[in-house]
Amino acid sequence: MSTPVIQIGGVEKVYHMGETDVFALRGVDLTVSAGELLAVMGSSGSGKSTLMNILGCLDVPTAGSYVLDGIRVDGMSRNDLADLRNKKLGFVFQGFNLLARTSAVENVELPLLYDRTGRWMDTRAMAVEALQRVGLGERLDHQPSELSGGQQQRVAIARALVTQPTLLLADEPTGNLDSRTSVEVMALFQALNEQGITVIIVTHEPDIAQYAHRVIDVRDGRIMKDHVVAAPRRAAEDLIAMDAEAAAIAAGETREAA
Amino acid sequence: MKTKSLLTMATGSILKNKMRTMLTMLGIVIGVGAVIVMVAVGNGAQKQIEAQIKNLGTNLIVVTPGSTAAGGASQGAQTFNRLTVADADKIKSDATLLSAVSPVIVTRTQVITGKGNWRTEINGVATDYLTIRDWNVTSGDLFTDDDVRTKRKVAVLGATIVKNLFPDSDPVGSQIQLGHVPFMVVGVLAPKGQTSSGVDQDDIVLVPYTTAQARLSGFSFLGQILASASSPKDMIAAQEEIRGIMRDSHGLLGGGADDFTVRDQTAIAQAATSTTSVMTGLLAAIASISLIVGGIGIMNIMLVSVTERTREIGIRMAVGARGSDVLTQFLVESVVMSLLGGVVGLALGFGGAAILGHVMGWSTATPLIAVFVAVGFSAAVGVFFGYYPARKAAALDPIQALRYE
Ligand SMILES: Nc1ncnc2c1ncn2[C@@H]1O[C@H](COP(=O)(O)OP(=O)(O)OP(=O)(O)O)[C@@H](O)[C@H]1O
Ligand SMILES: [Mg+2]
Repeated sequence: MSTPVIQIGGVEKVYHMGETDVFALRGVDLTVSAGELLAVMGSSGSGKSTLMNILGCLDVPTAGSYVLDGIRVDGMSRNDLADLRNKKLGFVFQGFNLLARTSAVENVELPLLYDRTGRWMDTRAMAVEALQRVGLGERLDHQPSELSGGQQQRVAIARALVTQPTLLLADEPTGNLDSRTSVEVMALFQALNEQGITVIIVTHEPDIAQYAHRVIDVRDGRIMKDHVVAAPRRAAEDLIAMDAEAAAIAAGETREAA
Repeated sequence: MKTKSLLTMATGSILKNKMRTMLTMLGIVIGVGAVIVMVAVGNGAQKQIEAQIKNLGTNLIVVTPGSTAAGGASQGAQTFNRLTVADADKIKSDATLLSAVSPVIVTRTQVITGKGNWRTEINGVATDYLTIRDWNVTSGDLFTDDDVRTKRKVAVLGATIVKNLFPDSDPVGSQIQLGHVPFMVVGVLAPKGQTSSGVDQDDIVLVPYTTAQARLSGFSFLGQILASASSPKDMIAAQEEIRGIMRDSHGLLGGGADDFTVRDQTAIAQAATSTTSVMTGLLAAIASISLIVGGIGIMNIMLVSVTERTREIGIRMAVGARGSDVLTQFLVESVVMSLLGGVVGLALGFGGAAILGHVMGWSTATPLIAVFVAVGFSAAVGVFFGYYPARKAAALDPIQALRYE
C-alpha cells in the first residue's frame, strides 16, 4: 500500500477561555489513504471544523503528530504552513469565502499567484480551465454577488482544485445549498475523487454522507465510529434520476393543462 | 509573488474604493501641493531679492557717517562725525584695492521745466558714480571730470523724471531749474527699477558734487561715499583699507571708536537672502505638517481597511499567502496611494504657484529638487504610515481572520 495522505496521532486541541479550558479535540487518530472520499459527521460542536482546520494546516494542534503526504507538519513555521497549503491543499468552506467584487476567474487565479515554486506558466488560462471543469466556463467575469450560491461554491471548488492539490478539504460545502445543488456539488467531488484527488467532506446530512466511501463519526472531540460504505451512491446518476422525475412532472402538468 | 500581479492587486483594491481612495489621497495632495507652492513663492522672492541686490552695483562698498556699533547716540566729536570731500579724495588717492570712488551729496529739491514741476532727490556725485553703480546713460552723456572741477551746472536725469517731465521728447540739451538754479540736461539714465525696499531708483537727478555743494545743498558734508573694490575677492581687504584711511583722516589713529561705518552690499545681500531662505524653510515646514497629517490619514484608512478586510486576508492566507505577501500588498497599496497623491499634489502645486504668481504679481520658481523631494517624501509617508497597518494584517491568524464577521 502507498503512503497515506494523512496520518495523525493523538491530536488534541484545547482552547483557553479565561479560567476554563475547552477541549475541542481529545486525542484523534486517523489515517486516510490516497484516493479516499471520506465524510466526517457529528453533532454541532463535536470538533469537526477544528479537525478540518488542523488537517488543512490552517490551525495547529495543541498536541499530537501530523504527517501530510509524507511531510511532518507539526512544528512547522507559519511560512512553511502557508507554502504547504498552497502546494498540497485545496479548501472549500461552507460560506464560500470568495473575494468580493472580484471576478470568478480572478478568484480562482488567486492561489496560483502565491506559488513560490514557479511551476505555473499561464495562470489565467489555468483558472479558466478550472472554471470550465466545474461547469462555469460561461461565468468567468461574474463577481460573487452576480452568482447563485451553487455557482459560488463551484467557483470555490475551482479555486481549490486549480493548484492540483493532493488533498481537498470541504467543511460543510453543501450547508448553504438546496438539495438539488448539493447533489450537483457532490457529483463534482466524486468526479474529482475519481481523477485521483483525496477528498474529505464534513457534513451534517446523512444524504450527503451516502456519497462517500467511508464515514467517520466525531463526538465530543473523539472519533466514535469509522466505517466503510459498502456501495456509495453515485451523485451523477441521482441527478439524472432527478431530471427524469422533474420531466415527468412537467409532462403531467402539460397534459392536465391540455 | 510577481511584482506585476502585486501592482495589479494593489491598484485593483484601491480602485474598488474610489471615493475613499480619493479622500485619503486628498491629504497628501494638499500637503505636497502646499509644499510646492510655498517653496515656489519663497524661492521666487529670494531670486528677486538677489537680482535687486545685484542691481545696486558691483563690488559696492558704502561709507556712511556715524558708527553703527556705538548705537548712534553717543557721538561726542560732532565736528568729525561727518564725511567730507577730503575723506573721499584721501580714499581715492591712498587706496590700492579700489577701482572707483565717488562722494555722494544728497539733497531734495524741485525740478522745474516749462511743462511742470517734480520734487526729487538730487545726488551730487563724481564721474565714477555710474561705474560703481553699474549704471548707464541711454541718451547724451554723463558730465565730465572737467564739469566737476569747474562746478558746471549740468544734470543727468533719471528715467522717472524723464517720463514725467519730458514724456515725448529727448531732454538732452534742454534747460531745467533745480530749485532756483538753472541747469543744462546732458544725459538720461537707463531705467534701474525699484530697490528691494520699494524705493524708485530712477526718481533721481545726478549733478557734479562740486556744483551740488556750491549751489544746492548749502553745506559741504557728504551723505555717503561709494566705492568699488577691484575684484570680489578683495571686498574684505578693501573695506579694511578704507577703514584705515578714514581713521587716519578723522584723527583716530591714537584710539577711539570709528565715527563712520564701512559696509559691504554683499553682506546686506546675504542677510536679505538668508532671511528669505529662512522664510522659505519655515513656510515649507508648515506645509509639510499638512503632509504628515495626510500621512496619518493614510494610516487611519489603512487600519480601517485591515479590519474591514480581515476576511479577505484570511482567504488569501488560506490559499497560501505568507504573512510577508499580505504585508507587501498593504504596503504597496499605501505607497501607490500616497505616490498618486504626491503626483497630483505636484501638478496642483505648480498650477497654484503659477496662478498665485499671476494674480499677486509675485515671482515664483520651483527648484527641480523640490519635485523629487516631494515625490520621494510622499512615497516615504506611504511606507512609514502604511507599515504599521500592513504588519497588523500580516500578523493575523488565518483561522481567526476567516472567522471574522
Ligand atoms: N476559537 C475558539 N475558541 C474557543 N472555543 C472554540 C473555538 N473554536 C471552536 N471552539 C470550541 O470547540 C468545539 C468544537 O468546535 P467546532 O467548530 O470544531 O465544532 P463543529 O463540529 O465544527 O460544529 P458545527 O457542526 O456546528 O460546525 C466547540 O465546543 C467550540 O465551542
Ligand atoms: Mg463546523
